[in-house]
Amino acid sequence: MGWFKNSFFSVEGKSVKVPQGLWVKCEHCAEIIYKKELERDLEVCPKCSYHFRLPAFERINMLFDKDTFEEFDPLVGPTDPLGFKDIKKYKDKIKSYQKKTGQKDALISGLGCINGRKVMTAVFDFAFMGGSMGAVVGEKITRVFERALDKRCGVITFTASGGARMQEGILSLMQMAKTAAAAGRLKEAGLPFISVLTDPTTGGVTASFAMLGDIIVAEPGALIGFAGPRVIAQTIKQTLPEGFQRAEYILEHGMIDMIVERKNMKESLGRLLEYLG
Amino acid sequence: MQRLDFESAVEKIEDKIERLKIASGQDKASTEEEIQKLEQKAAKILSNIYSKLTPWQITQVARHPQRPYTMDYIQNIFTEFMELHGDRCFSDDPAMLCGLAKFNGDPVVVMGQQKGRTIKEKVRYNFGMPHPEGFRKSLRIMELAERFSLPVFTFIDTPGAYPGVGAEERGQSEAIAANLMKMSGLRTPIISTVIGEGGSGGALAIGVADRVLMLEFATYSVISPEGCAAILWKDGTKGSLAANALKIDAASLLKSGVVDAVVPEPAGGAHRNPGDTFNNLKACLTEVFSEIKHTTVDKLVKNRYNKFRSLGLFTEE
Ligand SMILES: [Zn+2]
Repeated sequence: MGWFKNSFFSVEGKSVKVPQGLWVKCEHCAEIIYKKELERDLEVCPKCSYHFRLPAFERINMLFDKDTFEEFDPLVGPTDPLGFKDIKKYKDKIKSYQKKTGQKDALISGLGCINGRKVMTAVFDFAFMGGSMGAVVGEKITRVFERALDKRCGVITFTASGGARMQEGILSLMQMAKTAAAAGRLKEAGLPFISVLTDPTTGGVTASFAMLGDIIVAEPGALIGFAGPRVIAQTIKQTLPEGFQRAEYILEHGMIDMIVERKNMKESLGRLLEYLG
Repeated sequence: MQRLDFESAVEKIEDKIERLKIASGQDKASTEEEIQKLEQKAAKILSNIYSKLTPWQITQVARHPQRPYTMDYIQNIFTEFMELHGDRCFSDDPAMLCGLAKFNGDPVVVMGQQKGRTIKEKVRYNFGMPHPEGFRKSLRIMELAERFSLPVFTFIDTPGAYPGVGAEERGQSEAIAANLMKMSGLRTPIISTVIGEGGSGGALAIGVADRVLMLEFATYSVISPEGCAAILWKDGTKGSLAANALKIDAASLLKSGVVDAVVPEPAGGAHRNPGDTFNNLKACLTEVFSEIKHTTVDKLVKNRYNKFRSLGLFTEE
């Protein structure tokens, strides 16, 4: 239960999205929601069903059987290979996100049970630098695939990421090759890989392991794509089609297997593991 | 020759050489000596300028409109090229050139992103930005290479995978991801060369290789300097700052372990002397190919996996 010590969480393991106040505003429909109600509804807007972005541990809490989750590699932390500096130093950004989230980087990995079935997992946290994939995220995901291979066990990943972490330069691009290669080994071994895409999953994360799942699931309304909608609109100089790059749109275009609401996620993943395990 | 803004020191001499060449006409002997002298002088000045290029200046060289493109390398380094078309699903993407060729007499597979020179060509080749069909064509040809034990030579030159509505609808990310996975386990030798712009996922999609070479004034980056500047500096015109910060030049890439060797370019860049560039690259490819051609496929695939597996710096304490 090491993860309950995480400073981002109260003892009950509940998220603190807005530190003060009892009310939260839905980013999607602007509805003012009573926080207790939002928590009860698994952080889904009661009015428009918008699925709020979740801190990694909160998602783990929702999906894994009680007391079964065991974290891997909590000590793996970022470096600053380029001495990168834009308006701020990358080093300082890392520190401020670590303070904000109580995590070393944007990914939590581990082993747990979903409805009694053992599965390795990697869960992104969008709150840590937009869930960007640098060396830490790439290494931890790769280890998840390699451990799964070793233990003959399946993998479920939950992505929420803007893509590669450009502050780590070319080495962040290489995490795409590294994670895709590791996913390929799992595939070769005939072990199941379920990829769950949550809002948003774009760039170097979709263009690597996330789109390689044997089964690809998405949460409703999640933005999923290669390029971001702003870049596309700028390139083609046209307004984008309605619902473009949303989970429903890409389901229609054949890119994913299914959309699963958060309240049904645990049960659906359990059933998928039963079929593929 | 389209001169770049940092090359003004060589302008007068290059113009004079040009004039002398035109004036001499048939009577080459009279001016030959003078031209040779001037050319040596120009080369010296250019070598000096090019020895201190900033990453942003290198970006301009890598994008130079007269720089050799994939087809130029294929035609000058390989023989008997036969182009292969189509992804068998949707279309043929001209931005990804694929085919069969002979390398020093050996049958091989070649592929690379292709850019255009005239406006009409630029549009046809979509500025070297492949759609999913391009990546799927390259995947199909790589699988063909595997089945027939043909080594694969790829040439990387792209601003990136195309960001468009159709590209998204047809699974741009899945197409790139599938290439990365397939290449990482492809049971035949792969040698990649970054010849111009190595733009992000669209570049890496044909770059998971046993050996990665890079021309001296090519770039390879996770994001274009302008794209990075737009996000982190909130100003797309700050590309020079981003290019510095991202360390996208060949020397930095070699140091990071992403690139195995840097191929020298002639004085003033590949576009000033394509012939020497082809010779240099051919020599390097020949050497690198001889290093790996007798390695067993099992070992090749294992080493390739470990090579990419090892990339990335982190702490663990
Ligand atoms: Zn709402």
